[in-house]
Amino acid sequence: MGQVVQYIRSYLSSDQTPGAAGNMFWALVYIMLVFGGLSVAVIAMNWLERKILAHMQVRLGPMRVGPHGLLQPIADAIKLLLKEDIMPAEADGVVFWMAPFIVVLAAFTVFVVVPFGPTHAITDMNIGILFMLGVSSLSVLGIVMAGWASNSHYPLIGALRSSAQMVSYEVAMGLAVVSAILMTSLNAEGTGTLSMIGIVQAQQAQGEWFIFKFFPLGLIAFFIFAVAMVAETNRAPFDLAEAESELTAGFHTEYSGFRWSLFFLAEYSAMIAVSSIAVTLWLGGWLRPFPNLLNSSTWDLVFSLFPGVTFLLFAAMCFYNAVRMPKHPLFRIQTIGLAGFGVVLGLIGLVLFLPAVSMRVQDIFWFAAKVAGFMYLYIWYRGTFPRYRFDQLMQMGWKVLLPMGLGVLILTAGVALLQQRIWHP
Amino acid sequence: MAPVATPFFFYLFAAIMVIGGIMVITRKNPVHSALALIVTLLAQASVYLMLYAPFVAGVQIILYAGGIMVLFLFVIMLVSIDRSIRERQFNSQWVVGLIAATALGGLFIAVYTKGTNIFPEHALSIVESDNTQQVATMLYGQYMFPFEIASLLLLVAIIGAVVMAKKRI
Repeated sequence: MGQVVQYIRSYLSSDQTPGAAGNMFWALVYIMLVFGGLSVAVIAMNWLERKILAHMQVRLGPMRVGPHGLLQPIADAIKLLLKEDIMPAEADGVVFWMAPFIVVLAAFTVFVVVPFGPTHAITDMNIGILFMLGVSSLSVLGIVMAGWASNSHYPLIGALRSSAQMVSYEVAMGLAVVSAILMTSLNAEGTGTLSMIGIVQAQQAQGEWFIFKFFPLGLIAFFIFAVAMVAETNRAPFDLAEAESELTAGFHTEYSGFRWSLFFLAEYSAMIAVSSIAVTLWLGGWLRPFPNLLNSSTWDLVFSLFPGVTFLLFAAMCFYNAVRMPKHPLFRIQTIGLAGFGVVLGLIGLVLFLPAVSMRVQDIFWFAAKVAGFMYLYIWYRGTFPRYRFDQLMQMGWKVLLPMGLGVLILTAGVALLQQRIWHP
Repeated sequence: MAPVATPFFFYLFAAIMVIGGIMVITRKNPVHSALALIVTLLAQASVYLMLYAPFVAGVQIILYAGGIMVLFLFVIMLVSIDRSIRERQFNSQWVVGLIAATALGGLFIAVYTKGTNIFPEHALSIVESDNTQQVATMLYGQYMFPFEIASLLLLVAIIGAVVMAKKRI
């Protein structure tokens, strides 16, 4: 027993990720935490997307299930789990059955290397970014399998479109990523790194987020990635694979119930995954804004208050809306529920003010906040951009983004070489 | 940290690779064959990882499993499955097959028995932490010329494919 406690406690004093420390117990705990956090994030995204889209279109969005539709995602989940699971008679059974699992596996496995903080990652790999790109590119296999195994026209066309799209945009995406990795090699030894934690530490050491590095080269690379990542995740305006007006629902037309919800889960966690790649490579990962410019202890204190303040703001929003609820007795339970939710959020906020807690969760907060910004952008795109035509999409990928990516890569390499050889010999 | 590269994992991945390889040639449905090939390639990537070559494993996943196999599936899905299932799967070239199998098997046995002379034993130094950097220095330093030749070859292949596929350029 003592040995077990010793094994569990030994990690706490080490300053590493559980993977690097080789501690199975904490690795499992981290995996559970990431999986749970991701599921909550997907549920929250489901509600937020419907709500924000509705407000953009001057509608109310979900209002019936729970106060302001807060329980809508849970109702949806129960509905999906209880629905009949239909498999078309002419479908290829094994492939049809496997496809959603492959998509989910690919979408969740990438989070093994996502660095939520210097020690808050499940593990750090020498090939971190390569691993993320590789494993997330496997999800296209699941989509192709789903489309083919359904043995129906719309899913097949959807799968063909999405695989063509993902394969072409992967090229531009890879070039943008390489130009960011080149920037990590601007140190005394002249060797870069592919590890996700190493990339953020390089930005910390150089005192600059890579989006601002060699202005505007970093910004252009970031822009290429930001466009390509929307195409990679098959989201509007590049959602040709599931264009409702043309293909009913694309590759998952024949899926229902639990299997369909797996595709849904995978889509949102893939969105979070690519956003975290963008945050890690260009936006400084877990670093707070201005870590070098405003580095006095006063600023440290101010920035460490942000997580708590954010949750208190959420709580205040809940209370404000609870007060504004109609006074009719039928709304009493909803009002109490909303106020109770506000109290929970407020308590979380207060806990986050404790210095011991806020020191540990700060990096996670900044990382999550940056990713949340991307998630909002995804919804914003969906609410404002019209869908591309397929030839326009291919033209964009091969004739605009790819040459731009190549140009940025060559220029970045040239400038980096100049800086190493001439300015800092 | 205890090494993960235990014999158990080697035999596990080797078994997956062999079973996947057998399935590639025995399945009648070409899509099933392609999927079995993907399983084989992924197991191969795991074996690379066990040999402390994470970069090669990552490239294997990106290029073969994520890139080339998707294009494979892409083409196969457009082929009429009904017709290809009715086609003859094996062409009964027993003599040639037997000779080739015997030659390969003999080679394997020879390497296995006299292997220590051909491939001298090295004490395995675990260089996982800077594997990618070492690959880079090798590729762009010592083996720069062969590397460039190989990429030129690929470029020629790409241009050839475009010339053959497009009537008017």
